[in-house]
Amino acid sequence: MVTIVLPPVTLRRQASPMSRTIFFEVEVLDAKTREQLCFLDKVEPHSTIGDIKSLFYKLYPNWYPARQVLTLDPKGKSLRDEEILQSLPVGTTATMYFKDLGPQLGWTTVFFAENIGPLLIYLLFYFRVPYIYSDSYAFTSSPHKVVTTACVCHTFHYLKRLIETIFVHRFSHGSMPLRTIVKNCLYYWGFSAWLAYYINHPLYTPPSYGELQVHYAILLFVICELGNFSIHLSLSHLRGDRCRDRRFPVPSKNPFTWMFFFVSCPNHTYEVGTWVSFSVMTQCLPVAVFTLLGFIQMTIWAKGKHRAYIREFKDYPAVRVAIIPLIL
Amino acid sequence: MSAAAQGTSKATHGDVASKKKKGPGALATAYLVIYNVVMTAGWLVIAVGLVRAYLARGSYHGLYYSIEKPLKFFQTGALLEILHCAVGIVPSSVVLTGFQVLSRVFLTWAVTHSVREVQSEDSVLLFVTAWTVTEIIRYSFYTFSLLNHLPYLIKWARYTFFILLYPMGVTGELLTIYAALPYVQKTGLYSVTLPNKYNFSFDYYTFLILVMISYIPLFPQLYFHMLRQRKKVLGRTEDYSKVE
Repeated sequence: MVTIVLPPVTLRRQASPMSRTIFFEVEVLDAKTREQLCFLDKVEPHSTIGDIKSLFYKLYPNWYPARQVLTLDPKGKSLRDEEILQSLPVGTTATMYFKDLGPQLGWTTVFFAENIGPLLIYLLFYFRVPYIYSDSYAFTSSPHKVVTTACVCHTFHYLKRLIETIFVHRFSHGSMPLRTIVKNCLYYWGFSAWLAYYINHPLYTPPSYGELQVHYAILLFVICELGNFSIHLSLSHLRGDRCRDRRFPVPSKNPFTWMFFFVSCPNHTYEVGTWVSFSVMTQCLPVAVFTLLGFIQMTIWAKGKHRAYIREFKDYPAVRVAIIPLIL
Repeated sequence: MSAAAQGTSKATHGDVASKKKKGPGALATAYLVIYNVVMTAGWLVIAVGLVRAYLARGSYHGLYYSIEKPLKFFQTGALLEILHCAVGIVPSSVVLTGFQVLSRVFLTWAVTHSVREVQSEDSVLLFVTAWTVTEIIRYSFYTFSLLNHLPYLIKWARYTFFILLYPMGVTGELLTIYAALPYVQKTGLYSVTLPNKYNFSFDYYTFLILVMISYIPLFPQLYFHMLRQRKKVLGRTEDYSKVE
């Protein structure tokens, strides 16, 4: 018995599968004004949306692919770059609608901008650069050891993030609009200025339980930073093997990754731990507020990721929760 | 600030909701009707109270004291509207509604109630009057909308009176906050100074100034949003052009 495997046929196409390749025509209209922005003929049927975006970019050099949104319906969902033209529910002439997302920046640039600010701003306050505190305190240093410790920890935390951004994280092709980046930077930079102001203030009050409190906080800080770094390494290795099937992260020999037994996003768990330790170390209310807001935001992200994992992997461990072991 | 803009999106959504199949269920609708009727009545009480006090005294100074309690009660009661949005029986944004109601509650309690010296200011009467007229119209608008029996007059009033009332209210509010500033600075009201155990400070005086500054970007946005809504809703009465 000979089995003949026929290539899949798209029912909407009129040509028979045995004829030569039928080229598509793609018309791109502005989603708001409906004016025709371009007409592409002789488009290969196996072209992807990404290819079409590249062709469109050639005609409109201002609109690089990352800021293009193409949809089949003016109000519809945006088409993914990987989608293939001939698998879309269109005839041989496809009409697409274009929306401009505005200037975009890649993730590396975004992370860099968000993290370099707090690093430098905190140092301005630590060294009591003039005009922040009253003139008599310019360039003085605090008599409290914990203030220097806090500066070292804060600086280390952001240096670590910058290094991870350059060497560890593997970002997807995505990008972020400029306006969002400005908003995010204002948030991170603003908060670091606010908490740095109080920690390095001449009237700063050291923690109530003194050295004991600070030492426990440092211990927790180191554990959480190591933990966070281990998770980032583990996640980046996961992404490294692109040709393999998609997998979810699992614990490895590194004890810090054993948090994966309990949570989907241990990197966020450790990050919250870092900031809790910093709050305890400095006993500073603004730091606690920043920790709380960060916890809320990271919980939202972790819950989303957790749900995505459950949807994608049928064998996802049931004992895992999103961010706080056994609780959240 | 006036809750007019928040109400707009509510109202227009209400119009659209009455055309679509979904919207609050029967029980929720009954509750909302009761709520809006009670609020309308409450603000009418305040309006009547103002008029009676004016007639009794013969002047419009110091009328705040005669309506202080119902004002606090009914303005604070508006916090329920945030809950309505959160639960989903009112199709409005929680954030927008929250912002509007909280700014009103802030002015009622954190400024007017907290700083006794401003209670005799005429600016208080200015915003209380603006709020009263606005709220009577707004709550009766919702009541009638929920009962699917909205008289054009109410709709017209809701989308027209704001033109005068909104700037009037904002002026009253700003003048009142401005009047409170010297007393806040002198007494250090609601302020925390360094040094303290939790390494935190808060200067209510500076905060109030920032609140006043925030009116500059916010007021025009809300005002012009209301004007656009007016054009959409009242522009053409025959054809129901797509309302946001």
